[in-house]
Amino acid sequence: MSRSPDTTTDPLWARIVVLALVAVFLAGVLILPLVSVFFEALRKGLPAALEAIATEDARAAIKLTLLTAAIAVPFNVAFGLCASWAVAKFQFPGKPFLITLIDLPFSVSPVVAGLIYVLVFGAQGWFGPWLLDHDIKIVFAVPGIVLATIFVTFPFVARELIPLMQEQGVDEEEAAISLGASGLRAFWSVTAPNIRWGLLYGVLLCNARAMGEFGAVSVVSGHIRGLTNTMPLHVEILYNEYDYVGAFAVAALLCFLAVVTLVLKSVLEIAQPRSRAGGH
Amino acid sequence: MTATYADSRDKPRRPLIHRRSAIPGFGITMGLTLASLSLIVLIPLAAVGLKAAEQSPADFLHAAFNERALTAYRLSFGAAFIAAAINGVFGLLTAWALVRYEFPLKGLVNGLIDLPFALPTAVAGIALATLYAPNGWIGSLAEPAGLKIAYTPLGVVIALTFIGLPFIVRTLEPVMRDLSADVEEAAASLGAGRLDTIARVVLPALAPAWLTGFALAFARAVGEYGSVIFIAGNMPYKSEIAPLLIVIELEQYDYAGAATIAVVMLVVSFAMLFVINAVQAWARRLSA
Amino acid sequence: MTISIRSVEKRFGRYPALNGVSLEIADGELLALLGPSGSGKTTLLRVIAGLEFPSDGQILYGDQDMTFAGAAERRVGFVFQQYALFRHMTVARNIAFGLDVRKGAAKPGKAQIAARVAELLRLVELDGLGGRYPAQLSGGQRQRVALARALAVNPSVLLLDEPFGALDATVRKSLRKELRRIHDATGVTTIFVTHDQEEALELADRVAILNQGAIEQVGTPDEVHDAPAGAFVAGFVGEANRFAGEAKGGRFTLGDIVLRAGEVRDGPALAFVRPHELLVTDPGKGDLAITVAHIAPQGAVVRIEGATEGGQRIEAAIARQIAAGVHPGARLELAVSRAYVFPA
Repeated sequence: MSRSPDTTTDPLWARIVVLALVAVFLAGVLILPLVSVFFEALRKGLPAALEAIATEDARAAIKLTLLTAAIAVPFNVAFGLCASWAVAKFQFPGKPFLITLIDLPFSVSPVVAGLIYVLVFGAQGWFGPWLLDHDIKIVFAVPGIVLATIFVTFPFVARELIPLMQEQGVDEEEAAISLGASGLRAFWSVTAPNIRWGLLYGVLLCNARAMGEFGAVSVVSGHIRGLTNTMPLHVEILYNEYDYVGAFAVAALLCFLAVVTLVLKSVLEIAQPRSRAGGH
Repeated sequence: MTATYADSRDKPRRPLIHRRSAIPGFGITMGLTLASLSLIVLIPLAAVGLKAAEQSPADFLHAAFNERALTAYRLSFGAAFIAAAINGVFGLLTAWALVRYEFPLKGLVNGLIDLPFALPTAVAGIALATLYAPNGWIGSLAEPAGLKIAYTPLGVVIALTFIGLPFIVRTLEPVMRDLSADVEEAAASLGAGRLDTIARVVLPALAPAWLTGFALAFARAVGEYGSVIFIAGNMPYKSEIAPLLIVIELEQYDYAGAATIAVVMLVVSFAMLFVINAVQAWARRLSA
Repeated sequence: MTISIRSVEKRFGRYPALNGVSLEIADGELLALLGPSGSGKTTLLRVIAGLEFPSDGQILYGDQDMTFAGAAERRVGFVFQQYALFRHMTVARNIAFGLDVRKGAAKPGKAQIAARVAELLRLVELDGLGGRYPAQLSGGQRQRVALARALAVNPSVLLLDEPFGALDATVRKSLRKELRRIHDATGVTTIFVTHDQEEALELADRVAILNQGAIEQVGTPDEVHDAPAGAFVAGFVGEANRFAGEAKGGRFTLGDIVLRAGEVRDGPALAFVRPHELLVTDPGKGDLAITVAHIAPQGAVVRIEGATEGGQRIEAAIARQIAAGVHPGARLELAVSRAYVFPA
């Protein structure tokens, strides 16, 4: 499409002003914070930063973060596949309402997400006394952290897959089934190849949020060092103890994860161009 | 041929569960979906309402609307609104630059826009706090002008601006891209100047997407916790956000109080969700 | 495979898509389901296929009740309107799919599958394209792949949903012949859905005409064209001038137009007259008179458009020699050689 220059291009001065404003804004809000994390982490040199990451508490936090993501992400993949199959491949009343319910955790404050599990499983909660009797700890323990993480990442995979599967319709699945494929076979050989990029995209965002969640996890964790501290919580503890190098060293590790996520995300967007708007 | 029909003349035997579709798996996937949704999301959320309802109405009203809570809502909603407005201006310019202009490192900038989605909020929180503290890179520039950013409500606005940025940019971008040059050329050919064209043709066309982005950014910012608490200062009646109040009441084992604030925030969130859906439906109607 | 459809009903929510459809399809027959959009023809095809299930009624394949059997159990070959090719598989893998998914002893060996694929590629005249992906094919080629894929499993019945709908006119014509050839070569019972009467009349052994979820008429192309069973068929199949008038005592009248109405009961009636059933007569001997408005030569005939004094628009197809002297504004008297009259 050729645009005639004077009618649809902004004058040079306007372009310069807009770009300058954007540059200042993005520098202050996005770029400098990112740079400052690595800068603060390396303030006392690389060895000090590496040492902070290698402490026993930090290692325990890293392990717990990985464990949490390793449970929450597969759970949400399974949920997302079920939900998108049910929603996209069948007609039933109340579908828009169901989609809204699936999206609900995005509109709930992370702190509230943590609170609800304290209210259900905490000592004062519905199942508190029963859990106490049976010596099961959910809140202020790893299960609570995992549950809260699942809650905040609940819609990620489903909301990627539902529109994608709706767009693709049911013809190919019906064709496979009319040719004798079982439901599972139709899913694996026909549906899965069509949704793999969207699924990967959802997993990527889900994983980033699962590893980085702070508010919800903070409420249910109990902040027991070496036991119920995830990486973001460990960052908080170190920061509040004025161990800035330590806090920023762990933060830099999380930053690195975020940057990798963004790079992979860009790659996926090139692999499968998306037209949909919005974020999370 | 007729003789062989003998058996099948009766009504066909209906399967126990009436088949609705040739594609299998509705029962099991729908069942698992509803089970997960109920166990993870709906039932625990109901617990908040039930906990809050355990108090007398007077206690509930006091817990929900005491002076400290009101100040916290004012800060949370006010700062979220201002941050969404800031993003409404600068996010619009950013999206415009990304769609219409060529500049160095454009790909990198485009990728970085999503940083707030990918960066753990606590990391953003300590980074912003350090940057905007009186001795930080930016804070030290503002200090001589008598402007304190970190540990004041202004800091809250900064953190919420960070959180909301991608919502506005990513909602506007596709609409800007689809905005055909024809419309602008038509306006120009009818004698409109560049500013007229932008004010009367471009901006109105972007309005629904802009509103959607604004509402999404606002909704996300209202509940935000991690990136805010490090930079907010967390002074009662001054720089304390509503989610922090929930945490504080939890720490004091005031479960009903925490649940009450949570109910207020949930009601606002659901109202926002409703508004966002309405705006999006409106936008779809306009673009159809 | 003979197929019997008995009083099949299908409702989507409260909306009735099929209202008690009964139809017998003979072994080896090529049948068209013809109707306007929304007439239920695609729903009927999908119910026959086992992709939808009837709310009431019965479907028999031979003497077996298949009402609630899945598509695979019925061994149908279904060709989707948009083909539904598996886009990440090559043409050969697409065609082989139905054989690949078989289990155990029923699954043919690799060599057998390859041979069957090659045979089908030859049948649909796509030799050498087995390694391509669907996106690399033209619309007509995709249609052939879809056909080959459906035929690979030796279906008991071949079902096609608007098989030529997505193609341009030339490809459409050649593929029509192709389908007839393949049907005759394989002898498989074939049912296809179309909204294009020309397609149905040219290709099918018999045509079932649907309207509002019910069958209006089933018959050979000649029967539905020359002996329509009702007003809908008369108006839908072939071109016709439509008159809304009155039947009384075996005569149909509309203003100054009078036609023989046969056995039609008295009361409001509809009459249909095909353009080629109107003949130019000498003054005073015609059934109706028109003032010519427009003349369009079309090969051997000339299409004449005009209107009666009462304002009824008329279209007639007149042999060229006879129409030679006719010009716009002329008065023309026409005799009706055949009219179809039905109670309104």
